Amino acid sequence: MTAIAWTRRRRALGRFWEQYSRQRAGVVGAVILVVAVVVALATPLVSDPDIMDVTKATGEKMAPPSLEFPLGTDESGRSILGMIMWGSRVSLLIGFMSALLSMVIGTVVGIAAGHFRGWVSAVLMRITDWFLVLPSLVLALVLSAILGGGTSTIILAIGITSWAGTARLIRAQTLAVEARPYIERSKALGAGHWHIMSRHVLPNVAPLVLANTTLQVASAIVAESTLAFLGADSGQASWGGLLRGSYDWGAATKGAWWYILPPGVCIVAVVLAFTLVGRALEAVLNPRLRGNA
Amino acid sequence: MTAPIDTPIETGPAAVEETAAGPRGLLRYAVTKLGGALLSIGMVIVATFFVFRLIPGDPVIAYTRDVPLSPDQIALLRKQMGLDQPLPQQFLDFVVKTLQFDLGTSYEYRRPVAELIGERFGPTLLLTGVGLVIAVSLGLWQGTRAAWNHGGRFDRLSTGVSLVLWSVPTFWLGLLLLMVFGAGIGPIPGMFPTRGMESVDAPDGFAYVLDVAHHMVLPCLTLVAVVYAQYLLVMRSSLLDEIGQDYVTTARAKGLRDDLVRRRHAVPNALLPTVTLVFIHIGFVVGGAVSVETVYSWPGLGLLFYEAIKGPDFAVMQGTFLVVCVAVIVMNTLADVAYHILDPRVRST
Repeated sequence: MTAIAWTRRRRALGRFWEQYSRQRAGVVGAVILVVAVVVALATPLVSDPDIMDVTKATGEKMAPPSLEFPLGTDESGRSILGMIMWGSRVSLLIGFMSALLSMVIGTVVGIAAGHFRGWVSAVLMRITDWFLVLPSLVLALVLSAILGGGTSTIILAIGITSWAGTARLIRAQTLAVEARPYIERSKALGAGHWHIMSRHVLPNVAPLVLANTTLQVASAIVAESTLAFLGADSGQASWGGLLRGSYDWGAATKGAWWYILPPGVCIVAVVLAFTLVGRALEAVLNPRLRGNA
Repeated sequence: MTAPIDTPIETGPAAVEETAAGPRGLLRYAVTKLGGALLSIGMVIVATFFVFRLIPGDPVIAYTRDVPLSPDQIALLRKQMGLDQPLPQQFLDFVVKTLQFDLGTSYEYRRPVAELIGERFGPTLLLTGVGLVIAVSLGLWQGTRAAWNHGGRFDRLSTGVSLVLWSVPTFWLGLLLLMVFGAGIGPIPGMFPTRGMESVDAPDGFAYVLDVAHHMVLPCLTLVAVVYAQYLLVMRSSLLDEIGQDYVTTARAKGLRDDLVRRRHAVPNALLPTVTLVFIHIGFVVGGAVSVETVYSWPGLGLLFYEAIKGPDFAVMQGTFLVVCVAVIVMNTLADVAYHILDPRVRST
């Protein structure tokens, strides 16, 4: 890589940052995300995993917030704050990983469906439409119930059921890119399918993929919490799993708001942050939205 | 098809296949769509068969669950379930039975799955139907208002509220409403029932309708809150696309009142893509219904499905899955054809 290319890239990045920082909501979202990730990473340093052990719980059962337990305790006397901090690791991990899986499937299918014509495209789009229409939550529940619990099962179940929208978006963009003259020039020079898809189409759709992944993480975190609440959890305490516990132990009817409110607020804050960042990225990166936003 | 990146609908095969206009074109379109729907339903049946074969362990044990069985009974069941047959034969039997609405027997309830589903269909239809009507009207109305005064206070407020609601997991909102308005907290008394569809001592006649309505307030509110946000955002962006069009400027130049430009010109055009999107995302509503029915113990399909997952009762799970998927596909196809009839732009191009 030559020095000129690097300068160009640095300048492009600077331009991008300048445009992004103009999106106030996007900046707020990014700040929330940084805080969430730092908490998730730092939890093992400041907290002992033993606090999640039912047998080693020290607090009173279902106690309201106090100095010792800032967010109160659950049905077996564990600190809700501690559970939320440890839960953030599970929720964020599953959110990131399943969004990644969904993006990989969506991008590959989308580019392939846009690049190849004829029956390949027809079959791929048929499958995509099928996944788009089916109720993804129901499908994910069935998958996780059949494959049995575990973090990777949940990631798989969410990833497999959520890529269809991305595939359509990427396909549309691929079609637009491939209609440009330089692709024809490239073909005339003897470029093969792989070269065109990886060297010309992929870099062009990459910004869209990035923006879409961010939005995908948001919906994956909601999906994870819903799956956990409906009983398909990973076996580890996540935010959704905490809310499951609150429901099982009748926290709502007992008025134990400290058991219901904080985990949900965490979910909403993180999901909202991802959505805001995703929309801001889209506004900066999507040529159609740029300028008239 | 001028814009390189269009909304997903317009880039679909449907938009490309259009050739002939008029009733014959419509007929051909309907037949194509019907074929597509049948293919999708076929794919659902095939996928169901293979996915439910992934269950680890002996299917007989998995399906009967906790029911003590003698070896003879197991052998008999194995025969009844067709597990002694080769796989292709099993598959054929499954397809034939499904097409005859024979969805197997639940060992949890000791009843045919089809019967259970039939019983639970009504409550779900009632809840989602009422919820959907409210959510669509509210979403379209507010979305229109937000887009028309683009950048105004109402726009910023409603977009903000819907983004937050969009981020809220349905079940959590349900829990909150349950805690505040169902059980009551602090100064707020419990005003609404927390579970079920009717009181134990439900009266007859009109009083019964009121009783059900009373039970439906919280579940319906939860469903509407989560679903309407999406419609608002879609309607808003769809109308924003229209506002920039030349015909809107022309309508204004003619001296039409602002209100008329909106109602007669912009909104009808913005409405059509929105309605289709609404139906494409009907699966999302189904997911919401599962959460809502679980939180409020609403005796519908969603609760049946949740209980099947929790069991696990694979026969019920499989049956509900099939029925829900087919229902969603049918609704989608209907919406597609209706869209085609309503929107002259799709027909003539």
